[in-house]
Amino acid sequence: MSGPAGRARRGLSLRARRTLSAYTFLAVPLVFFLAIRIAPAAGAMVISLHRWNIVGTDQPWVGLANFREVLSDRQFWQAATNTLRYAAAGIPAQLVLGFAVALLLRRAARFRGLFRTVYFVPFVTPVVAAAWVWQWMYSPNFGPLAMLAGRLGLPAPALLRTPVLALYAITALVVWEYLGFQVVIFLAGLEAIPRVYYEAAAVDGARGWDLFRHITVPLLNATLVFSVVYATIVYLQLFTQVLNMTFGDPGGPLGSTATVVLYVYTLGFQRFHMGQAAAATVVLFAALLGVALLQLTVLTRRVEY
Amino acid sequence: MRSAWRACGVAILVVVLGATAMAQSQPRVTITYWQYYFESKVKTMDTLIAQFEAKTPGVHVVQETFPYDSYNQKVASAIPAGQGPDVVNLYYGWLPLYVGSGYLQVLPAQAFPSTQIEREFVPMIKAAKFDGQYWALPTAVRTLALFYNKDLFSRAGLSRPPITWDEFRADAQKLTQRDAGGRITVEGFGIAPNGQDHQLLREILFRQWGTAPYSADNRRVTYNNAQGAAALAWYTDLVTKDKVGVIDFFPGGNGYRDAFNAGKAAMIVDGSFAIGAVQSGAKFPWGVALLPRRTAGGAPSNFGSFWVNGISRKATGPRLTAAVAFLKYLTSPDVQRTWLRQVGEIPASQALAADPKLAQDPVYGPFIASLPYAHATFFVDETAQRTIMLDAINEVVLNHKDPKAALDEAAAKEQKVLDDFWAKQAHK
Repeated sequence: MSGPAGRARRGLSLRARRTLSAYTFLAVPLVFFLAIRIAPAAGAMVISLHRWNIVGTDQPWVGLANFREVLSDRQFWQAATNTLRYAAAGIPAQLVLGFAVALLLRRAARFRGLFRTVYFVPFVTPVVAAAWVWQWMYSPNFGPLAMLAGRLGLPAPALLRTPVLALYAITALVVWEYLGFQVVIFLAGLEAIPRVYYEAAAVDGARGWDLFRHITVPLLNATLVFSVVYATIVYLQLFTQVLNMTFGDPGGPLGSTATVVLYVYTLGFQRFHMGQAAAATVVLFAALLGVALLQLTVLTRRVEY
Repeated sequence: MRSAWRACGVAILVVVLGATAMAQSQPRVTITYWQYYFESKVKTMDTLIAQFEAKTPGVHVVQETFPYDSYNQKVASAIPAGQGPDVVNLYYGWLPLYVGSGYLQVLPAQAFPSTQIEREFVPMIKAAKFDGQYWALPTAVRTLALFYNKDLFSRAGLSRPPITWDEFRADAQKLTQRDAGGRITVEGFGIAPNGQDHQLLREILFRQWGTAPYSADNRRVTYNNAQGAAALAWYTDLVTKDKVGVIDFFPGGNGYRDAFNAGKAAMIVDGSFAIGAVQSGAKFPWGVALLPRRTAGGAPSNFGSFWVNGISRKATGPRLTAAVAFLKYLTSPDVQRTWLRQVGEIPASQALAADPKLAQDPVYGPFIASLPYAHATFFVDETAQRTIMLDAINEVVLNHKDPKAALDEAAAKEQKVLDDFWAKQAHK
């Protein structure tokens, strides 16, 4: 190696050279990330200020008109309210069930691996296939739920055709899908708590509920925060499950299951109102960012013993 | 040694120049054709392209296909990005957007005179006319008809398909089967608002009950009146009062057709595009009949739709000439006949449709007989307009809303969609 580059390199210390190579390697994913995620996101913000129907090249600047139209659209608010309903029903259900199953699994001495696999299978099942099976399961005419209800002499409503129930019927599918993932996360969190804390507390006379409240829960805080933030993002971005559960009428009867992402998809890629769709995306982005920051500040507590 | 190199160089030069000269003496134009992937359509198009190229020396056509679900998005975004087809296959309902945005160019009047088009093609073709000019033409068209399960009909003691809607309703009641718990196990009518029924309501029931769905200039919604409400009430009664069908009986966008093929729906209203799926799916004798009418002597009506081929603004110069020749070929009677035989879609030409052999075909006959009175809805935003009609039906079925109130609400929403479209047109 000769020339100025060679000299400069020889002048660097080993430490500096190591740092340099670390940053060089980090730069590759960074460039990728900037090009694939950040640039299009910035592009969406630009599009949200223009009127554009994809088909034409005409892209007049319209200022905040797209935001005004989206925010005055009844369907947008219905989708936004629905999205919050999904989150309000789904996140607690997923966390509580996931935690309960994880605690039980930790006690299971035998077949633990089998149980974990069983709970994890839905997470790796293609969601579109699952959605179609669940539609049959919910069928009031052919589904096992309706058969069971019939045996017990209970009414069997058409869950996916009833506006007040359809959203929760889809939430159940999402909870089922993510439960295994949630269990694994909680199990990892539980394993990370050192046994000695429990032993020390037991020596001091602490028993069952106290151990759980003062050791398990606080030391699981990081896991809990991650789970809540992750689940929030999942529920606020719901799309595939919703689209496939009521495929013939996307968004369910009278829009009762539509989500913000489905609203964006319909507006942008079915109706080609790209500007408005981008505006709705920006609103969703702001909401997601706000929620995530809020959760991180409110929920994060450092716990040390 | 040096002279050997020189000789070699001269030889290469001669070969290159010669090749260029030969290429110039036989000009070769390549045009691109896009359609969505449907096996029989793609294969038929391959053979048609081979025949066209044999007849038109110097023109090469490349066919490219895309999955149906993403086709419209793919087509829409291609031309503005400077790529895409010269000749493109589009659903007629997308035309207002594509024409309004300058994606397509008008068909050259010399090659495609309007008067000749209107003389030769079936009437629904007018949905491809804007500003008094034609922008695209179909090879084939589709209409609706009644598919019925002959086994279930004979078991219910019915000897023929219904002729009036009253008969249809009575037949559907006889055909419906229920289990001990009262749950429907076989639908008399495979009701499907999100299948073809929203079209049935818009272009057939509304008209037969006495109201046109839209004004003649397609600018105003006109179905929200007593007649429209009576038509909607008659349709929704099939679910709420007569209980001869269940919405989403089988899940999925084509659930009603799956139910028919499984022998779980005695009748469905479906398009000629469903013939193939029923032929391969239904394992029982079935028939096709004209859609019923309000009264035996009353006026028939039907919904027509079609896929057109248009020329994008990308095609210029020799490529435009080639594209025009290709489009001429695709709309010729010969190709229409091949298309019917191999794809199973009914011809867009009046003369072919009037062919008595075709009209008497037990399967194609009813679809072809409906051509003269088939209306192709002038969609300006098909997704939105479809949802509005579905919502009107659901408001009555699920929320027990008064049909007139549901239609008033739908009309207000749809009028806004139409107004938005026409306002943008006026700006151009």
